[in-house]
Amino acid sequence: MLKDITLGQFFPGNSPIHRLDPRAKLVAVIAYIVALFTSQGFLTYGICFVALAIVVKVSTVRLKALVKGMKPVVFILVFTAVVNIFYATGTPIFSIGFLTVTYEGLLRAFFMVIRILMMISCTFLLTYTTSPLALTDGLESLLGPLKKLHVPVHELAMIMSIALRFIPTLIEETDKIMSAQRARGADFETGSLVQRAKALVPLLVPLFISALRRADELATAMECRCYHGGDGRTRMNELHYRPADTVFLICAILFAVAVAVLGAFGY
Amino acid sequence: MAKRNAPKRQIQRPSNPGSPLIRVEDLTFYYTDAAGAAPAVLDHLNLTLTEGSFTAILGRNGSGKSTLAKHCNGILLPSGGKVYVDGMDTADDNLLLDIRRQIGMVFQNPDNQIVASVVEEDVAFAPENLGVPSKEIRRRVDEALAAVGMSSFARHAPHLLSGGQKQRVAIAGVLAMQPRCIVLDEPTAMLDPAGRGEVLSTIRKLNREKGITVVLITHHMDEAAQADRLIVMHRGRIAKDGTPAEVFRDVEGLRAMGLEVPQPVALLDELRKAGVSVSREALNVEDCAIVLADLLRSGQTCSQ
Amino acid sequence: MSVPILETVHLSHVYSEGTPFRHVALDDVHFAVQPGEYVAVIGRTGSGKSTLIQHCNGLLKPTSGQVLFSGEDIWSSKERTHQVRFQVGLVFQYPEYQLFEETVYKDIAFGPGNMGLPEEEIRRRVLEAAHFTGLSDDVLERSPFDLSGGQKRRAAIAGVIAMEPQVLILDEPTAGLDPVGAKQILDNIRAYHQEKKAAVILVSHSMEEVAREAQRLVVLREGKIALDGSPEEVFAHGDELESMGLGVPAMTAVFARLRAMGIDVPASVYTVEQARDAVLAALRRKEGRPC
Repeated sequence: MLKDITLGQFFPGNSPIHRLDPRAKLVAVIAYIVALFTSQGFLTYGICFVALAIVVKVSTVRLKALVKGMKPVVFILVFTAVVNIFYATGTPIFSIGFLTVTYEGLLRAFFMVIRILMMISCTFLLTYTTSPLALTDGLESLLGPLKKLHVPVHELAMIMSIALRFIPTLIEETDKIMSAQRARGADFETGSLVQRAKALVPLLVPLFISALRRADELATAMECRCYHGGDGRTRMNELHYRPADTVFLICAILFAVAVAVLGAFGY
Repeated sequence: MAKRNAPKRQIQRPSNPGSPLIRVEDLTFYYTDAAGAAPAVLDHLNLTLTEGSFTAILGRNGSGKSTLAKHCNGILLPSGGKVYVDGMDTADDNLLLDIRRQIGMVFQNPDNQIVASVVEEDVAFAPENLGVPSKEIRRRVDEALAAVGMSSFARHAPHLLSGGQKQRVAIAGVLAMQPRCIVLDEPTAMLDPAGRGEVLSTIRKLNREKGITVVLITHHMDEAAQADRLIVMHRGRIAKDGTPAEVFRDVEGLRAMGLEVPQPVALLDELRKAGVSVSREALNVEDCAIVLADLLRSGQTCSQ
Repeated sequence: MSVPILETVHLSHVYSEGTPFRHVALDDVHFAVQPGEYVAVIGRTGSGKSTLIQHCNGLLKPTSGQVLFSGEDIWSSKERTHQVRFQVGLVFQYPEYQLFEETVYKDIAFGPGNMGLPEEEIRRRVLEAAHFTGLSDDVLERSPFDLSGGQKRRAAIAGVIAMEPQVLILDEPTAGLDPVGAKQILDNIRAYHQEKKAAVILVSHSMEEVAREAQRLVVLREGKIALDGSPEEVFAHGDELESMGLGVPAMTAVFARLRAMGIDVPASVYTVEQARDAVLAALRRKEGRPC
């Protein structure tokens, strides 16, 4: 069950999308999200969808992997849809008791769900096609100017990349401890909310202790490999901004501006 | 973490087999516990490890072997006495990076020493910290992965590898520093026999072909038997020091320290106790079979 | 033969069915353990050992086939599955990482507590489990996190023994311990096996260990039982074991080499004591000849 979580997973590949500079990809994702939020009607949402479809196709990421990533957000989607269907005024279609379903409500629910789905898809596309290290390098580089304001940008980026590295390890560990406690008769599934919260103690205490131990050992291992902060560090894969990245970035920004303008006119 | 000066000596010194690489002088180490008591973990140790050697360290849990290992590259600093690496004092903060790039460390749990989510990026971690130019890092990473036989896994995610493969990645990550010595602290404790075999043969190859000095801390007697020199630690002191054949000769002494001997050694010892004169030593299965064959074939083996 | 205490019938387990990661971990496995038997399960990593033992107490559900405890399906009702967890005690690899209570006593009492036993019975079981694992009374009142590595491991095993399971399963209980620590744990298990007449399933990578401890060896390869028999029978297949990446005990290997050299020694030797006796017997046979 826990193994289904695909957050932060990276599928190595060699598509044009994989080869893009992470900074270009990060900015493009932001541009895309802006575009999504300025979309108003079928035309603008349609353009967003086509753009996403093209990038997915080029990236060679399998559709299945994207769909699998949606599983944890199904609840949010349903919730959003329901709220939007019932809480909009406009032309009524039918009513159930005091709840009235309107044409506007249905449309808004549809667009909201599409918006969330596309937003998640594009961020997954980013993590699927960008190694966590490249991603954090990209962030570090984009946030670089903040170093002047004494923001510990390198440290934050390092923390993020280590967190991503340890997600699968900790998920595996959670599974193991749960099985071990179940073998001693622990029950994580039934009982009242309070009982369930209590039942988590035998899981959380060992997990927390283990995480601390891992952190301690990892820190030692990093020191042994001459880690001494961000000063004087070099990179094996230095970020090289190539003409293709510029072209991609300009396309992404033009796209966002176009959608925003169309959206402003209500399309 | 304290900022440290960039390494001063980037030039790799030519290795000089047989010359002292790590010198431990009157090393004492103790933790002060809450009650203020400070039992010595290491008790006036003296030890010299020479360049190009393959030394195994045996000892029970708590005998001080890991603590000694962590003194070799300044992760721990002596409470008393000195540790020198190639003449550099590990207590000198300015030399720390120079020392650490010469003495690589590999630990027991492979999961807790892999930093990156892609194998080759993990191997690149140390040279990146050392400020090596990116082209040179690329070359070192490829070379290190080839040396441990993991080139075809360069773009894989480490958490999907087997235990033995993870440890080989960890060794590659250390090799990328181009160290003169690798200290391995129970690298096979969490592995299955196949994984142990992979790691051991990798270590032996690095020692023999690249002349890298190896210090192997282990619980497995058969692994210790493969070293050139075997040190037994007991209660923070060096209890025995010699070739594996010499050290394993004292079967009873080792057992008194809570250690075992390889089974071939135990068998010959049992035979001697039963009055059979066995003149030669055998540390492994092959030698043991040969010794027994001589014994059973020749007519000169009856006890005098 | 009596009804096996534990039996798997046509047991198969497939992970990630319907995805590209589909993996058959167990393939039509028939594995039976008699009451009071001491069985060792060996196999490479990925041979299906962990999957098999997690089926034995209902932590995993068969993709197809059945798991029977005393001849009855453990999945016949939810209540039964829950009860079988207490009858078939499972000690995972590195069990010390699951300790969580303030004191060793409370941690050992976790399993019996979940069984809903009265306080006095829990106390009796905790003390007995501590006795089996050689933990003294003052250790029981300490925090499990202050113990030595070997003590932590024994406290965790005591937590399973305190449920007084009729089948005790241990996944590599000696991994990472030094020889003294390992021997202590194997002795603890043996004591429980003998005094409680409980069946034991020991998963191990050490051929020397299983040769010394178990009455029967079961070898898994790629989700199937490849060999099943007494140590003599299984170790007679030295080449086959070698090809599975497992090998035979060092003494068995030595004697196989002697036989290959044409020296007449018995094949069924796997401990140092047996090897010594066999060599002495062979020497005695030559006594007639002058030195």
